[in-house]
This record gives sequence, C-alpha cells and structure tokens, in this order.
Amino acid sequence: MRLTRRSDPRIAAGVVALAAIALLIGGACVGLVAEGARDLSGAVAAFDGYLLRVARFTLWQAILSTLLSVLPALFVARALARHPRFFGRDLILQLFAVPLALPAIVAALGLLALYGRAGYFADFLGGLGGGRWPGIYGLSGILVAHVFFNLPLATRLFLEALQTVPADQWRLASQLGMGVRPAFRLIEWPVLRQALPGIAGLVFMLCITSFTIVLTLGGGPRGTTLEVAIYQALRFDFDPILAVALTLLQIALTLAVVLVLTRLGANTVGDANLSVATRRYLSVAKGEAAFNAALIALSLLFVAGPMVATVAAGVQADLTRLVGEGAVRRAGLTSLVLAFMSAVLSTALSLSLIMARRALALKRSGQGRTLLEYATDTGAGFVLVVPPIVIGAGWFILLRHVGDVFALAPVMVVTVNAVMAMPFAIRALRPAYDAASERHERLCALLGISGWNRLKLIDWPPVRRPLATAFAFAMALSLGDLGVIALFGSDSVQTLPYLLLSRMGSYRTEDAAGLALILGALCLALMFVAARFGKDASA
Amino acid sequence: MNDGRQSGAAVKLDAIAFSYGEAVFNFDVAFAPGEITAVMGPSGSGKSTLLNLVAGFETPQSGNVLIAGKDVTLEVPASRPVSMIFQENNLFAHLSVEDNVGLGCSPSLELTSLQRDAIGEALARTGLDGKQRRLPRELSGGERQRVALARVLVRDRPVLLLDEPFASLGPALRDDMLDLVADLQAERRMTVLFVTHQPEDARRIAGKMVFVENGAVAETGPSERFFSAGGPEAFRRYIGSESESHDVARKRT
Repeated sequence: MRLTRRSDPRIAAGVVALAAIALLIGGACVGLVAEGARDLSGAVAAFDGYLLRVARFTLWQAILSTLLSVLPALFVARALARHPRFFGRDLILQLFAVPLALPAIVAALGLLALYGRAGYFADFLGGLGGGRWPGIYGLSGILVAHVFFNLPLATRLFLEALQTVPADQWRLASQLGMGVRPAFRLIEWPVLRQALPGIAGLVFMLCITSFTIVLTLGGGPRGTTLEVAIYQALRFDFDPILAVALTLLQIALTLAVVLVLTRLGANTVGDANLSVATRRYLSVAKGEAAFNAALIALSLLFVAGPMVATVAAGVQADLTRLVGEGAVRRAGLTSLVLAFMSAVLSTALSLSLIMARRALALKRSGQGRTLLEYATDTGAGFVLVVPPIVIGAGWFILLRHVGDVFALAPVMVVTVNAVMAMPFAIRALRPAYDAASERHERLCALLGISGWNRLKLIDWPPVRRPLATAFAFAMALSLGDLGVIALFGSDSVQTLPYLLLSRMGSYRTEDAAGLALILGALCLALMFVAARFGKDASA
Repeated sequence: MNDGRQSGAAVKLDAIAFSYGEAVFNFDVAFAPGEITAVMGPSGSGKSTLLNLVAGFETPQSGNVLIAGKDVTLEVPASRPVSMIFQENNLFAHLSVEDNVGLGCSPSLELTSLQRDAIGEALARTGLDGKQRRLPRELSGGERQRVALARVLVRDRPVLLLDEPFASLGPALRDDMLDLVADLQAERRMTVLFVTHQPEDARRIAGKMVFVENGAVAETGPSERFFSAGGPEAFRRYIGSESESHDVARKRT
C-alpha cells in the first residue's frame, strides 16, 4: 500500500542510521586497506605458514565446537519437548538463556574454577586419568567453553522449532498409536532437519568469531584463532601489516560462511525470549522418560556447573576490599556509563532501521524491494559478519597515525558495541513495531498524525516495553564485552572485563573470581530486567 | 452545525486505472452528493480498493479523484475532505476513548476547551457518555465503532467512507449502528460510501447502489431498482449466491 508521496521522516531516520553504521564499518576498512596499500609487499609476505596455521585452527575448533554443541542439543531439545510439564522445566529454560547474556570472560573463569588445573574437579579428573590434571587450556578448553555457550542456545532454538508442531498432529499421532521411533521420524525429525542448517550455521558463526574464550582459554600460540592473532599483532607485536593480513583473512572467512548461511536460510540472531507452549496429548514410555531425564540432568549440570563455580569462587574473594578499591570502582563506573551509552545508541539505531524498513515496505505496492529496504532489513543482521575485533583493528590502524589511539577508547567501545548489539535489539523490537504499525498505519494517514506527534502518541506506547527489553539486553552485551576494549583499553580507560583480564594476567586469581561474580551479577540483573519486560510485553 | 461547507461533496473517480500486483482495477463513477451509496460486489471485486482510492491510501496509475470538484489525486489522506471507518483497528488501543476522538481535532492532542466541548458532544451524540476515560479493550465491539463515529463527527468532513464497519456485529446491534449512521448523515448531509456484503444493510439506509465486479463498476442506480424484480442480472446472481455463503463472505474486507 502506498500511503503518501511525501518523504517519510522514518525513512530519513533509517538513512541516517545506515550512514552511521556504514561510517563505522567503512572507516575500519579504509584503515585496513590504506595500511595494506602502504606496504603491499609486506602484506603479501604476511601470508605465511603461521597465518595458515592460525586459519586452520580457527576453522577446526569452530567445526568441532559446532558438532559438539548442536548434536547433543538436538536430543536435549527433543527430551524437553517430550516432557512439556515437569517441576523446574521453566527454570531450566531460563537457565539455558543465561549464557546469552553472560560475559564470555566470566564463563571462562567459571570453567577454570571447575575444570582448571587448580579447579574444584582437578583432583577427581586427575584421579580418573591417573596423574596430575593438566587443566583445560588449549583446544579442550575452547571446546568446553563453546559448548557451554552454544549447547543451551541450540537447545532453545531446536525446542522453538519443535513447538511449531501443531498440537493436532500430536493428538493424531497418539490416536494412531505412533511409537517413539515413527513419531521421531515422521513428526520431530522433519522439523528439526529444517531448523538444523540455520542453527548449526549460527553456532559456527559464533565460534569462528569467538575472541574472549580463545584469548583466556586458548593458552598460547598453538591454540590461537584469527581474532586473537589480530589482537596480539596489534597489542604485543606492533605489527600492523600482519594485523591487516589476519583481518582480511578473517573477513573472507566469515563472508564465505555467511554466504553459505544465507543460502541455507539461516537466521543469524538468537532470541532471549522463548514462548513456552504446553501440550498434553503425549504418553511417554518409562524407559524413554528415564533416558530423557538423564539427558536433561546431564546438560543441566554441564550448564549450571560453571555458573555455580563462578559464584562459589567469587564469594571466597574479599569482595568488600575489592569493591572498596579505587580501580575497581572506576572500572565499574566506566563500564556502566559506556554500556548505558552503547545501549542508547544501539536501540536508537535499531528503531530507526525498523521504522524505515516498515515505511519503505508500505511505500511499494506489489513491486520488488528496493536496495534501501534490503539494507534496512537483512543488511542490519549482517553486522554480525564483521567481528568487533576487526572493526576495532581497522580503526586502531587508521587512528594511530592521527594521535593517541587509547584516548578514543570510549568512543570505540560505545559505537562498536552498539552496532554489535543491534541484531538482538532489532529482533526484540521489530515484531512489536510492525504489529503496531499494521494496526495504526491507515489511521495515522487518515488523521494526519506524523513525525514527532506520531512517535510520541502512537508509536512510543506499544514499543516502550520491547524497547526496554532491547535496551537491557544491549547493555548487558556491551557491559560484558571484551573485544574492542582489549584493543583500546589502557590504564586510563578500563572497563570491568578489561580489569578482570589484567588481574587474570597477573595471576591475582581471587580478585579475578570476585570481579567475575560482580560482572556476572550485573549482566544477569540486566538480563532479568530484559526478560521481565519481554514477558509483560507479550502478555 | 450545518455550515455550508457541509451538505455533501460530490465524489468522482474519473477514468481511474490502478493495479496491485496481478489485480487490475478501472473505475469511472460518480457518487451523488449528500446521499448514502451502498458499494456492493463479490469478494475481491475491488470495493475496498475503490474506497482506498477515494481516501488516498492508494494512488492511481492514471485518472483523477475529484471531491467537491477539486482534484485530490495527489493529496495525502489527511488533507482530503474524507473520514473513514474500517472493519477493525479504528482506535489506538493504548489511548482512552476521549483521546481517540480528540485525535480527530488535533493530531498532536493539544486541545482547546472548545474542542473538548465538541468531543463531549460527539460522545454524547453517539451514546458514549460517561465512557470518556475507558480504553478500547474495555468497550464492546459496537461501542468501539461508536467511538470511531464520534471521531467522524468532530472531524466534520463532508465525505464518509465506511468499509464494512459493522460486519462483525450481531444483527440487532448492526441495525442500531446503521440507524445511527443514517441519523448522523441526515444531520450533516455527508456523502457516504458504504461497503457492505449485507443486502439488508443497503436496503435499510442506502438510497443509491454501486455494484462492483471484476475490478470495475458494473452497474449504478437507485437501491429500489436493484432489489426489484427487474434488477441487474449480475447483482441478483450475487445476492443469490450470497445468501448461501453468508458467514464466509462477511469476514472478507
């Protein structure tokens, strides 16, 4: 439906948002290309055996992580779907949502507290293997951490897919006396198979761009991925040309993955809110029920373990002294302020894009989508393609000619994290906005309600709650991020994750555990707020 | 209330061509000023499209929309002398009855005391006295459409488009609403275009009839002629099949 021939301020807002995002990503590219062009032979020479080894490891760990996350998730999700009602089910699902917002560095510490050389399980694991437990550094550490993050995510996504099976199909199945095997083959598997490429693709994408986990658990040059190698090239070796080569390789790799993903029709964004449908037309045999229970319990232990360990190790730290420390207070305040600003920017950008997309979709009548509409729609989801480290590296290389790179840390942290949280914010906001627009569009046109009046009177009330959800989630993501700040952080600008990393680096383990508890609690509080608003919004 | 600007504006679709995807529409029709014209026709024939063209929600590829002799083809919906009531979603769910009506006076809801009085009057006229502060979800389906009618009153535009506004109401309630529309039209002399699937609706309040078929106006004339034994063949066929698939057809917009 074409509504007006005049330009819509919503489209202008979307164009501004797109320009801002393009500036951020484009600037990084300019930095990379300019540096590469300045020293072309050096850039070519940088593609050596080391680079290929790093690239191979990046791919290898991502493949393994994906397999280890997605295959068990299939069965855990199925088990949860077979038992729509049991005590604690909702709690388990909520717990499975926690890794979405839990900072990677907190999870890494939790895993170390559990499976590390001096972890709670060290004696037990050492006894199993006969000898001293070496800890989970290296590939094993990376895999365990990636599974910790992605098994629950994949489980929730598979469960969501399974819940799209209409209740009538299950009624029919039990009427026909369908057993476990035929029910799986004829009802569950088709749905799961359809969701599988998208979910596996998402997990693979997350693993290939994972930075913090590899940095903290990779344990040396043998366990290095491209992202970490970029960071090391810039922060330790001062080798910008190597960083350029690594970054280009990383972009090529992620681009290739995304191309495959779009062909598979993957949805590249996870969701914090899961609709919990229940159905009762199912009788599960005793043996299967026991198997399912064991599977759910095992995955629960695996996911909850590191969280419990984080808390247990955290409370042993001298929290009162830690909170009283000037550096901690400053870092905490810096973190909160930057995360807040990042969330403001992220939600503003997201809302602009959503409004522009909707306005553009209404404008065309029956014809194909324009490039602009495509950019406001799918384009926004693909900022995930460009990992924060890559953007950070580009700007780092560009700005180091201009002046003090580290003084720009706050700007970089706020903008990059805002853009990175955008796909999640859009996912939370768009359904609410589009539904409201569906109801209000003609009425607004008829009554001449537009611009600021429309935003204030018509659009704001229905999106207020989803906006709060998006805001809290974006803030949690930004608060826990150790990507950009790892590059730009310095003694003068420190965030909590950065401080945590430096305490880990100087082997002040107890401090690190305490900080992890504080950081994790902050992010979970935000996550709780987000879920709360999300639930009320859908009610 | 009758200030001369009122008393009906002629609505004319002059050689309109419009297409949406595969569907093609060609309208060339004039609606009598100050009268109620029923627009009837099979589902998908283009009744709603016709109304959307008059309201300005759709812009024709060629041809002109004339209201009161003025070419409004390129004007946005809000600046046309037209009010419209849809089957659903006539109200903003988060705004009170009073605010929903008030938006008819001012799109920024900055209301003068004079306008507030007018809103109160309109609510009283439509039988909504005492429900000013209610939210749409606290009203019945009929009451919600009454709020939309109250807004039509305060907007005070010479043309009123009704796109099956009472299709989801029960028979007795629908008759009440039709009578209210007829009364308001008699007071204000608005030109009313009334899309409906119910022959008895048209019979009850519409003096004129426009029959739409396959994206074009097939027949026009006084309602009595349509319902008499000598009515147009296509219309009689439509009515006949209509009474069989009553409920299905009613849901369509």
